[in-house]
Amino acid sequence: MRGAVRAGLWVMFGLFFLFPLYAMADFSTRNLIAGGRTGQAWSNLVTDDALYQSIVVSLLLAVFTVVAMLVLLVPTMIWVRLRAPWAKGLIEFLCLLPLTIPALVIVVGLRNVYLWVTYLLGESALTLTFVYVVVVLPFAYRAIDAALSSIDLQTLSEAARSLGAGWTTTIARVVVPNIWSGILSAAFISIAVVLGEYTIASLSGYETLQVQIVLIGKSDGPTSVAASLATLLFGFVLLLILSLVTRGQRSRRSRGIEPGVTP
Amino acid sequence: MSRNASGVAVELSDLTRLYGSTKALDGLTLHIEPGELVALLGPSGCGKTTALRILAGLDEATSGTVSVGGVDVSGVPASKRDMGMVFQAYSLFPHLTVLDNVAFGLKMRGKAKQDRTSRAADMLDLVGLTAHTHKYASELSGGQQQRVALARALAIQPRVLLLDEPLSALDAKVRTQLRDEIRRVQLEVGTTTLFVTHDQEEALAVADRVGVMSQGRLEQLAAPAELYANPATPFVADFVGLNNKVPAQVSGGRAVLLGVSVPALAGSVSSGAGLAMVRPESVTLTADRAGTSSVSSASFLGAISRVTVAMPDGSLINAQMASSVARAFAPGDPVTVGIEPGGVLVVAT
Repeated sequence: MRGAVRAGLWVMFGLFFLFPLYAMADFSTRNLIAGGRTGQAWSNLVTDDALYQSIVVSLLLAVFTVVAMLVLLVPTMIWVRLRAPWAKGLIEFLCLLPLTIPALVIVVGLRNVYLWVTYLLGESALTLTFVYVVVVLPFAYRAIDAALSSIDLQTLSEAARSLGAGWTTTIARVVVPNIWSGILSAAFISIAVVLGEYTIASLSGYETLQVQIVLIGKSDGPTSVAASLATLLFGFVLLLILSLVTRGQRSRRSRGIEPGVTP
Repeated sequence: MSRNASGVAVELSDLTRLYGSTKALDGLTLHIEPGELVALLGPSGCGKTTALRILAGLDEATSGTVSVGGVDVSGVPASKRDMGMVFQAYSLFPHLTVLDNVAFGLKMRGKAKQDRTSRAADMLDLVGLTAHTHKYASELSGGQQQRVALARALAIQPRVLLLDEPLSALDAKVRTQLRDEIRRVQLEVGTTTLFVTHDQEEALAVADRVGVMSQGRLEQLAAPAELYANPATPFVADFVGLNNKVPAQVSGGRAVLLGVSVPALAGSVSSGAGLAMVRPESVTLTADRAGTSSVSSASFLGAISRVTVAMPDGSLINAQMASSVARAFAPGDPVTVGIEPGGVLVVAT
């Protein structure tokens, strides 16, 4: 009985999540004029220059955002935990703050700042990196914070330093390898957020993938849906990799035996 | 003594460490001879770990200096001090194998891979863990992890070895085994060593000299036997071993207690009434129907037993003796209490 209920729930949830994807795949491969199937919408992803450029821009934005976020957040969080634990609450508050501010307010608030950014760096969609770093902070902070909480950061870093490692080496060779799953989580979630972000890019007048999908959707529905589905699948693949990596780490740690029992 | 020419002298001079208004160290001065193992013993919060961390470079003294081999290293960062350290918490790097953990310090020193692998293997052989070379920390027991940590600390051939309560997370049997192993290895390599612990048995068993600390100050620094037999202060007498406080009268360098006259140790009150610190093993009991004291309880502790006696004034005194002897005493038995003729410390009441 319990098995049947479980199977029923699996089917129900499977349909709930997969049916829209199936519908998207179906629509994106439908030939709306001549009938039948066509891969034209999918080939447009690389042949439509504007769409292709927006994909490149969004992927570059994702990469730059992840790099900037990690460079900013990882050393800061390690430093705060080791040297300024009193500032932990403040950093957490600052990092979680973007969650509470609507994207529209962020855009309006950053307008003056971006006048300087565009003056100094030029009109490029890649300047969205700065605002995206702020937008992904809450998600990245939580992932990295959980990873740092799972290790004895102080003892490991002191052990590394007593063995001759400087601060940079300690972070790169001791801390980072032990919070790798948290860093991957932060990176993948940030990529998903950047690839899915529409409001800020649209209001700022930059053509990222999401903005382009909306534009194309007005004239070419199947290509727009193909791009959306491709983005979703890319996100699923990232989450799958994340799941496999963290499962691998968990199983390696759980192989250990209870400490303090035998010499 | 384990004095060895390969060790270096360590000098902590007038160290003070303030945390806000709290004095963790209050003018600590300590000299460690080359190759010597000194244990700092004291209750939680007495400043012993702070002293060790300042020596390691992991903390900074508010005032005072730290010298190693005659050179002031007060401003030298931890990574440049050449000191091996074993921590209270398990500190092996979880992402590295045992071999890579032990070789880590050598890698930081730019040693060739072949050299560091060979040296790490030698160190693992020294602590008897050759069979675990390719395991991760999570696959080792607590005792094994601390032995690897010891091998890792020694692999870099440190000028000073620092042990920060390395046994406190282990169970009793493993603790004793590893304690003896630490001493064996230390004698073998001859590294000057500072061992911090709150366990008096541990300190007395492994150290050449034991320093007892209280409230950031060094109360006494002496060889274990000397410390046990001739405590310099009431705190040392009280902290090192269970003590009875027995009323005594002092005059002319001798103390009279329980009807027996014994020498008063240096540091005792010069004359008049006081409380003598008497160790349980110095208390003697004689079955005596006319005795005015009576056995209150007897605790079997294995080879030895502890017998608690109610004195005529209602106070309790503990006596420790071989269990075979203690079998003669049962609760309620009248006894006469005496003490063995040895020196006692008499403090003011």
